[in-house]
Order: sequence, then structure tokens, then C-alpha cells
Amino acid sequence: MSQATLTANTTTPASGESVIQVRDLTVAYNESPVLWDVDLDIEPGKATAIVGPNGAGKSTLLKAILGLVPIAAGATRVYGAHLDTVRNRVAYIPQRGTVDWDFPTNALDVVTMGRYGRIGWFRRPGKADRSIAEECLAKVGMSDFAKRQISQLSGGQQQRVFLARALAQEADLYLMDEPFVGVDAVTERAIVQLLHEVRDAGNTVVAVHHDLESVTDYFDNVVLLNVRLIESGPVSKVFTEENLRRTYHGQSNPIAADGTTAAPRSGSELAPVRGVLR
Amino acid sequence: MALDFLGLDITWDATLRNVILGSMILGLTSGVLGTFAVLRRQSLIGDALAHAALPGICIMFIVTGTRSSELLLLGGALSGLVGTAVLLAVTRWSTVKQETALGIVLSVFFGFGILLLTRIQHSGDSAQSGLDRFIFGQAATILPRDVLVMSIVATVAIGVVVLLFKEFKLVTFDPAFAASIGMRPDLLGAILAGLLVLAVMIGLQTVGVILMVSLLIAPAVAARQWTTSLSGMVLLSGAFGMAAGVAGSVTSSLVDRLPTGPMIVIAASIIVIFSLLIAPRRGILSTWRVRRIRARQFRAELALTDHHGVTRS
Repeated sequence: MSQATLTANTTTPASGESVIQVRDLTVAYNESPVLWDVDLDIEPGKATAIVGPNGAGKSTLLKAILGLVPIAAGATRVYGAHLDTVRNRVAYIPQRGTVDWDFPTNALDVVTMGRYGRIGWFRRPGKADRSIAEECLAKVGMSDFAKRQISQLSGGQQQRVFLARALAQEADLYLMDEPFVGVDAVTERAIVQLLHEVRDAGNTVVAVHHDLESVTDYFDNVVLLNVRLIESGPVSKVFTEENLRRTYHGQSNPIAADGTTAAPRSGSELAPVRGVLR
Repeated sequence: MALDFLGLDITWDATLRNVILGSMILGLTSGVLGTFAVLRRQSLIGDALAHAALPGICIMFIVTGTRSSELLLLGGALSGLVGTAVLLAVTRWSTVKQETALGIVLSVFFGFGILLLTRIQHSGDSAQSGLDRFIFGQAATILPRDVLVMSIVATVAIGVVVLLFKEFKLVTFDPAFAASIGMRPDLLGAILAGLLVLAVMIGLQTVGVILMVSLLIAPAVAARQWTTSLSGMVLLSGAFGMAAGVAGSVTSSLVDRLPTGPMIVIAASIIVIFSLLIAPRRGILSTWRVRRIRARQFRAELALTDHHGVTRS
């Protein structure tokens, strides 16, 4: 498996073409690390899921790549460069629950925020930015809700607005944090379809994902994460019952195996694994 | 000179003009900046800031012996910033929760300020008179010079909001996304906090350290009821603040011995109460009415299906 060669050969990775390079990444909020010594390459033009139990560091991995959390050790590169030089190529969709949806604004205005990075300091969005925002809102099927207050949108509609904002960034790399949480079935299908369109147009999609049942249908590659990187690669090779067991159970806590203290993960999270891999 | 104002006689003199102008500038500035403080859930930081200004005012007086409002307010701004820094540091580096830290900082700084004030007042210094105007405010002490300083400070504060409106909007709504596109939420947050300091300093002479926070919160809360956009909320909040400033200062001039600062706060509170009650969609009456209409519709539908069911069976 390619994983073996990667771990054996991390100093000279064959990743000249990888979109994201993560090397020896360690992140700690308090005493215990949230991410420990993660080495990872994200393949261009693919949809990649980041999968792992609660507290595995999935969201933190995205935030570390985006420079939103302090890194204790290691490094990340995007398109082979420091993030600051390629920010306009990266779109980020935070978890829907992290913002106050009672903020006084409408759907179109939120989508227009996707243009702010290109507009730059002090200047206001212009007509071109508005029309791009309108197009993106149409792509997620939300044109009729352009002037609707965001507090009056359903969870699925709010997620679509966030997706449209990312599209308005006209990026090459889309980092999504739990895009399917709390959305209705119609929205989930719409998001998946759009996600695949974005990928088929040559872009790269990375999404934190928690529903093991749909990984095979939705994604090309998968990253199995539990503080440490368990495995990463094509879904067909990596998404095996044995690897999921290692991610969710048993040796799932490499920190404890190293002799440092950390509570073992609960075995109850294995339940959905059995369900899908019967 | 006497002027017939809404059928009432008020003496239109220079003092009243200064008071009205000062209150308008204060209402506008605190309304605009209060919008961001309320949306960022930081309005109580303004409260800590205002209370913590008192010891700084006293220390500035003890050190320099000055009576000029600008210098005293500069001292207030400095100790207000120290108080806010202590608040943020305690919240961040200890296990004490923010509202607890707020209570500690607010009472410790204010208590220390009162202690200094009492010492000054018993020191027999002839120049000491009037420092207590910063506790509840004393609008009649506003001089033309103060109005000028207030309007300059207000212009700077509002100018920065206009210039950085897009940035302030995004870091208030979605700081993580803002950071992902290269904006600096920490820097922009610090700028907003600095502007809040300016607004508080404008208000200390008029409404005082204790009531200042209500001028940051009330206009913004009232404005949120009526608007659907951030720019609308900022404009309306500034307008409500100005209206409260004018109403409060005029009322207090009509009735003998009615303090201006508390009257401004009461005027702002009345605007809030009306807005919470009668605003379309978000108002209490509107919500209540919609719920009644819905309930009636449901009952009608149920009655229809019941009837249908009976005739079918």
C-alpha cells in the first residue's frame, strides 16, 4: 500500500503535484495533542473525505491547513507554497453552527462575502461581484431566497448559502467542515451533486465527513484520522473494516500506546462501522 | 432668550446648546459602535471599560492637578484599557468565566476609583471640585471646547467604521471564514475595541461611568428590531442614539433639577421598549399575532378534515 512507502519515506515525498502537503503536523490546544505527527498529501482533482471519531482532530486538520490554529510542530503547504501566497485559490466552508444566523443580513449578501478576499481592503463589492454572487446562489438552487433574511432559512438552505459563498470565491481547492450535518435529504443530494461538479471541473475537494455509510458513494479518497493519521488513499483500498477498526477502536489512540496518558476511545463508535461493512 | 419648543418654554442659551450637541454626538457614536459590540456579544466589555475609567480620571487629577476634560478622559481611557486587558487576560488564562471576571474587574476598578475620589474630595484642594461629575455625568459642565473635542473624536471613530465596514461586518459574522481569506480578526477586533474606548470617553462627562453601557446597548437592540441589514442597523442605531440624546437633554432642561444623563438613558430605554413591542416581524405583538393567526388556520384545517372524515365513514 502506498501508505507504507509514504511513512517510510516522508523526507522526500513524491508529492510535487499534491495540492496540500502536511508534514509532521502536531497541534495541541491544551496538554494533550489534538493532532500528532500527521503526514498527509491531498491528491488534486479528487474528492477526499476526512473520517474519524469525535475529537479525532478532523476540523483541526482543516484549520491547521488554513492557518487558523497555532501549530505546535511541523508544517503545511498548499500548492507547494505558503498559504498566504495562494489564499485566493482556497475556499473554506466552516461548520454551519459556528456563526450566529440571527445576524442582520440576507442570503445574497452572505454569498457576496465570498468575494471579499478578491476585493481587498477598504473597497466595496461592485456590480461584477453581485452578479457572480447571484450566479452562485442560482447554482445551489437558492435564487428565490436571495433577499431572504438568513435567520429565516432552514438548516439545509443555510448550508447551501455557505456553499454558494465558497463558489463565489472561484477557488481551486474547497475545504468543507461537516457540510452534511443537519441538512435535509434534498439538500444533501444537491450538495453532493455540486461537490462532484466542482471536482469534475478539475478542482480539489476535501470534506470532514462523519457518515461512514456514504463515504464510498460520495468520495474518491479517504483520510482516516484519530489524532494520528491511520491511513489515507483511495476509498477502494483504504476504507476497509480493519482500518476502520483501527480508527475507531483498539489501537485508535496512538498517544496512549506511546506511553503518554490519554483516555481510550469509547468502543461504542464502532457500531456504525459494523452497520456499513457487514 | 426663550424659545417656544413644542408649546413649551425652554431657555435657549449656550449651555443648553452645548448639552444638546454633546448628547447628539454621544448618541450617534455609541449607537454606531454599540451595534458591533452587541452583535459581537461584547456589550458588557463596554461596561467594564467605563467603570474602569474612574480610577484613571482620579490618578490623572492627582498627578497633574488638571481640570481639563481631555486630560482627565485620557487618564480614564488608559485605566479603562488596563481594566479591559485584565478582564480579557483573566478570562483567557484562568478558569474564571467571563461574566465572573467582568464582575470582579468592574467592582475592583470602580471601588478603587471611588476610594481615590473620596481622598481627593477630603484633601481640601480647591481645584478638586467636579470630579464626581464622571460618576453619573453632569452635562451642564460641557463646554464649547468639549463639544469640539467630542465631534473630532466621533468623526474619527465613525470614519474608521465607514472605511472598514466590509471588514468589520465579516469578522463580526464569521471570524473563521474572515481569517481564511486573510483578514485579521484579532487586529480588527482590537480596532473595534479601541473605537469603543473612544465612544465611552465621549460619554463619561454626559452620562457617567455607571450608565454609559446602556447607551451602547439600547440603541443597537432597538435598531435590530426594525432592520434587515447591518448598514441599516448601524444607521438606525446611530439615529436612535441621537434621538435619545436630544430627548433626554431637552426634557432635563424643561424640568428643574432633572439630571441629563439619566434622562438620556430613560429616553433610550423607552425606544427599546417600543421597538421590542411593536416592531414588524420581530416585535412581541407581531409574533403573538402571527401565532394566533396560525393557530386559527390549523383549527380550521383540522375542523375541515374532521368533517370530511365523519362524512366519509
